[in-house]
Amino acid sequence: MSKPKGWKELVPGGIITEAGNARDYKTGDWRTERPQVNKEKCINCFFCWAYCPDGSVKVDADKGVMVGFDYDHCKGCGICASICPSKAIDMIPER
Amino acid sequence: MAINLKARVMGLNGNAAVAYAMKQINPDVVAAYPITPQTDCVERFAEYVSEGLVKTEFVTVESEHSAMSACIGAAAAGGRVMTATAANGLALMWEVLYIAASMRLPIVMMVTNRALSGNINIHCDHSDTMGARDSGWIQLFSENAQEAYDNIIQAVKIAEDLNVRLPVMVTQDGFIISHAVERVEVLDDEVVQNFVGPYKPVYPLLDLSHPVTYGPLDLFDYYFEHKRSQIEAIDNSFPVIKKVAEEFEKISGRSYGFLESYKLDDAEYAVIALGSTCGTAKEAVNALREKGKKVGLLKIRCFRPFPKAEIIKALAPLKGVAVLDRSVSFGGFGGPVFTEVRSALYDAPSHPLIINFFYGLGGRDIYPEDIIKALEKIENVVQKGKVEEHIGYLGLRE
Ligand code: SF4
Ligand code: SF4
Repeated sequence: MSKPKGWKELVPGGIITEAGNARDYKTGDWRTERPQVNKEKCINCFFCWAYCPDGSVKVDADKGVMVGFDYDHCKGCGICASICPSKAIDMIPER
Repeated sequence: MAINLKARVMGLNGNAAVAYAMKQINPDVVAAYPITPQTDCVERFAEYVSEGLVKTEFVTVESEHSAMSACIGAAAAGGRVMTATAANGLALMWEVLYIAASMRLPIVMMVTNRALSGNINIHCDHSDTMGARDSGWIQLFSENAQEAYDNIIQAVKIAEDLNVRLPVMVTQDGFIISHAVERVEVLDDEVVQNFVGPYKPVYPLLDLSHPVTYGPLDLFDYYFEHKRSQIEAIDNSFPVIKKVAEEFEKISGRSYGFLESYKLDDAEYAVIALGSTCGTAKEAVNALREKGKKVGLLKIRCFRPFPKAEIIKALAPLKGVAVLDRSVSFGGFGGPVFTEVRSALYDAPSHPLIINFFYGLGGRDIYPEDIIKALEKIENVVQKGKVEEHIGYLGLRE
């Protein structure tokens, strides 16, 4: 997100006046662990993509490959790592 | 108050006066739940609805929490919304009162002041509205049925002003005002309609081509900024309350300020009060004036926002002030009015000695003699030159 606004710039009442702007809220900085995929082990089953509660698993649908994560929005919940049938995802502590 | 011979006069109690004003305002939505001593107001308004005299959507709900929640929904949808409650009903609205103010929804609510339980009591004190004083609502107190009628009409215009956009609470003392029939000068329907004007919704949810979100998650990154802008909004209401009162005077001949000074010009001692007690205090002031005592009354009409500059101006020249509180802040340093007035005077160029009296809890009557006692006490304190006891009680058995 761009630089946080000062109070004078805000819409009164905290009303959100644009539709479909959830993407602008970078929830990635809530994360304490980041998922990391080992493509050697990955079988491209897309389970992680289906289970991710934040739509943060990136896939190339045309090629049928899981390609990585959207770290701007991934909250680090670890569901993908836990669901992966081939243990291809490790959760690495941030920092 | 000058008597306007051309005015239309009705015999109305406070509840009926407010219901009549609501009929003339003709809001889009009223969601309310009955509670003594407000019931009479909502009942009368429901009659106007069933007789087809208003176009209001009247929402019957199962509690006051739901009443205020329905008001919030209707106001966010883009309607002009009103309601009324009292005492525990207001207490049950607590969490949603804050939400109405935070979302900057211009809901207007009449509160018939009644003591909070326990024990169960249906009579007047100010514990209900004083408890809600930090919720972000503007609060206007009324001395009689006429003022309740006038305040509710002005409240609509104050709430909806684009520089304010905040909910407004108009109070009247339970039973003392709400159930006593008085002479009330009413305006013509058309005059009221022109005064409040057509409602201009801001970010209405029902504007489907401009979808908006009300009440999203607001954490440590923005909540503070939103509160700051809420502080600004209620501060902005000062000039608006003044302007609306001036416009109201043009249509009614009745003038309103944040405060009303009664015989304060040359006074040395004064009492401060809110609501119907001010009428009693005027009697007490007159009685003492006849004996040559230089005493007066400062009535607070607008408690939120708190008119500190005007309070300093009115009180700084005095020698002594007795603040009357009709509610308790348990464990606090005096009642809510005392705390606030005393704090405002701290930076005044000169200040009077100031003492506090609790009175009238649970509807205990207050008499002119009680107020005379308070004025004599403060005179005594001033003669001694210092306050030995800040807190006293009027009308309490030892
Ligand atoms: S850690 Fe959670 S949020 Fe991040 S990609 Fe995996 S499932 Fe999605
Ligand atoms: S769940 Fe595991 S194996 Fe399946 S696509 Fe995701 S990382 Fe690859």
